[in-house]
Amino acid sequence: MSGFIRFIKSLSLKELRIGLGVTGRYFFARKFTLQYPDDKTPLSPRFRGLHALRRYPNGEERCIACKLCEAVCPALAITIESEPREDGSRRTTRYDIDLTKCIFCGYCEESCPVDSIVETHIFEYYGEKKGDLYMTKERLLAVGDKYEKEIAAARALDAPYR
Amino acid sequence: MEWLNTSIDWLTLLFQDWIVVYFHMLPEALQTVILIVLKIVVIMVPLMLSVAYLTLAERKVIGAMQVRMGPTMVGPRGSLQPIADAVKLMFKEIIIPTGANKYLFLTAPLLSLGPALAAWAVIPFGEGIVLAEVNAALLYVLALTSVGVYGVIIAGWSSNSKYALLGTMRSAAQIVSYEIAMGFALVGVLIAAGSLNLGEIVNSQSGEYGLANWFFIPLFPLFVIYFISGVAETNRAPFDVAEGESEIVAGFHVDYSGMAFAVFFLAEYANMILIAALTAIMFMGGWLSMFPVSWIAPFADVPVLGWVLGDGIHWFFAKMAIFLFLFLWFRATFPRYRYDQIMRLGWKVFIPITIVWLLVVGIFVLQGWFGLGGGAS
Repeated sequence: MSGFIRFIKSLSLKELRIGLGVTGRYFFARKFTLQYPDDKTPLSPRFRGLHALRRYPNGEERCIACKLCEAVCPALAITIESEPREDGSRRTTRYDIDLTKCIFCGYCEESCPVDSIVETHIFEYYGEKKGDLYMTKERLLAVGDKYEKEIAAARALDAPYR
Repeated sequence: MEWLNTSIDWLTLLFQDWIVVYFHMLPEALQTVILIVLKIVVIMVPLMLSVAYLTLAERKVIGAMQVRMGPTMVGPRGSLQPIADAVKLMFKEIIIPTGANKYLFLTAPLLSLGPALAAWAVIPFGEGIVLAEVNAALLYVLALTSVGVYGVIIAGWSSNSKYALLGTMRSAAQIVSYEIAMGFALVGVLIAAGSLNLGEIVNSQSGEYGLANWFFIPLFPLFVIYFISGVAETNRAPFDVAEGESEIVAGFHVDYSGMAFAVFFLAEYANMILIAALTAIMFMGGWLSMFPVSWIAPFADVPVLGWVLGDGIHWFFAKMAIFLFLFLWFRATFPRYRYDQIMRLGWKVFIPITIVWLLVVGIFVLQGWFGLGGGAS
């Protein structure tokens, strides 16, 4: 008897009709596609994109060359050299991040005691030749200067959860 | 014929009298040739356009069923995408593989496109609107749809590649198997209609009950089998083992590129449209309106509504569109059949069912349930 029922079911294309029903329903469903360059997904304030070095409002760079980020970096992408400045404070003479090594884990940002190295919301960047993705201290500071407002806003939004 | 006459009046209006005068000064034979060529152009240009836009419709429909959007970038909502694709293919190089048989390699695409287009000669778009009024039209269509497989076979063989040959062998076996089920399904239509002429087949489905008079009700199993075999004949999903892009790359047309590939593409979609048209003619009453005569009689004199509700070419196109949508819907839904499953379905399921149903149709005819009762003619 069950064999007969199976026969009738397959003869009436039951399974196929169920399948058509599923795709038929999705035909009218709302589409998830995002037209990327025109619309973008909202980014979390914790988004980890391009790195930046920040300054204090008075223009003094935050980094004190403690080298915690260099130590914690799992990809060994950060290279730091430091010397005492004329006024006696310890500052970096070299602060390089190789973005081709970086895995964007955010540990450098977590480890930084003065919120100097941060990861920004910028993810649309590229390099045209070798070395373009090797961020030096000057370039990192330039990114920080340019986007300080956005960076500060993102930190402020995330502050209650830290 | 009313329609034809008015269209000729339009032509004279459009081209002024002097062109008509000059036209009649040409030799008789040349006049006939020019008229036929004009008719061919009138069928072929819209057909090619619909092939182009069927590819867009396919990408849009399948996209929608996969909760995506499909092409959106070229033109408003992607509406110029087929043209961009065609231009791109035209500018690509046609690579002829070393070791390929050059002549056959280049003939194969034409061999598969030719029959798909030639079959349109006998398709009636409306009452009397047909390029060639052939009495054995059904045989002609059956013959041409079978010839299409030679394009595939020759393409696969002349490419001199193992994947192409595998695809070819599969598609040859598949098309031969489904040809039989298709033929049997059409025998049912023949018994019911009593004619091989496609126009008369449509006319024998007319009656006062509209939709209820069409053949798809008494011949329902044959209708389903004909359409599924049609999907198999055109090598469309879920019967696309001849292409099988996940196993044998692209099957019979792996080695084709540029325009030669585009012609295969055209042939596949032209065949889809042809099968949709044939299904509409054989089972869904071609250009006949789906409403019973008594319902639409009051509206017959209303300007636009009367034309829309009455019989006409627009009904034919609407039915074709439904079947074409089914083609795309199938492709978005079903996974590909395994090769032995295809063979089993064709030989052990479809053919027995069609034979049984032919018997049933014979009983219908004996009971006199088909108006024409042309069994003996």
